[in-house]
Amino acid sequence: MNAPESGLILDAVDRQIIRATQAGLPLVPQPYHAVAAQLGLAAGEVMARIERMQAAGIIRRIGLVPNHYALGYSANGMTVWDVADDRAEAMGEQVGRLAFVSHCYLRPRHLPAWPYNLFAMVHGRSRQEVAGKVAVIAALLGDACHGHDVLYSSRILKKTGLRLTD
Amino acid sequence: MAAEKIPTPTLPINGEGDNPLPRGRGRLGGGAVDDLDETDRRIINALQGGFPVCERPFQQAAETLGLDEQTLIERIEHLLAQKVLSRFGPLYNADRMGGRNVLAAMAVPEDRYEAVAEAVNALPEIAHNYRREHALNMWFVAASDSDATLEAAFRRIEQETGLPVYRFPKEREFFVELKLTV
Repeated sequence: MNAPESGLILDAVDRQIIRATQAGLPLVPQPYHAVAAQLGLAAGEVMARIERMQAAGIIRRIGLVPNHYALGYSANGMTVWDVADDRAEAMGEQVGRLAFVSHCYLRPRHLPAWPYNLFAMVHGRSRQEVAGKVAVIAALLGDACHGHDVLYSSRILKKTGLRLTD
Repeated sequence: MAAEKIPTPTLPINGEGDNPLPRGRGRLGGGAVDDLDETDRRIINALQGGFPVCERPFQQAAETLGLDEQTLIERIEHLLAQKVLSRFGPLYNADRMGGRNVLAAMAVPEDRYEAVAEAVNALPEIAHNYRREHALNMWFVAASDSDATLEAAFRRIEQETGLPVYRFPKEREFFVELKLTV
């Protein structure tokens, strides 16, 4: 296991809590008590550990996770860009700042099949809407970009999120 | 974080859009968004984060929405059953647990697509898997608190399918968050 970025080392009890809640919280008036009862812990301890994990960023947020498609965001475009290496960092920062870009990463190329190093996810209610946003990114990148593509998702094959297995 | 980036689209029309997903696994019944009433929408917009950690969190969250505890619980149950929500609870960040999310892709022959999807999805490390329209037509994310576990999962997929798995680990992350509004 790597050194965690957060500086918080998870112990066996934290991991039990993660396993008990990663698929969701029980939908009962006292969900943290229900988790505690299931694990043989005190409710106060479960809540304190969850708050600690939240403060450390191990828990990004607690709440509901909407299904994009059910909410009408049916066009899900992974836009990929071949950006000059010496400008990729700066351009990535700028693309990441666009309001409609939900995720933006630099990733390795796999030449010759895959020349793209900048990935930006764009969601819209139609492909036309996504295409308009792609044009905005293309204009921003200008001559730093040597080519791009948009990969639309056509089916969700799996969506479960993180699962600890041990 | 970065609240100024949150898009505020208007409500889409039932079933419109030029990207209808094929029916079958992963396909939602049409018009899910149209079945949402004002209360559902308020719940979805308000509760994508910030669910309290306390004795009676549903009661506390319900109060800020002007609802009672039982109504909120029942609404969330219903939205989950309708698959308007994919989950309710803590969203864990594998990166912060000492591990990583790694994006990977494969070029899967069409006649083997279903079987390969099953083999990939069977591994618990695979958190998401999407079909995409490209020569690389299967894109999945493996998440674990251990790099070794991730690499073992990729190798197992390569062995079971005989297809190369292209790894796309993130070298730099610029932004992550999406809050949808209905």
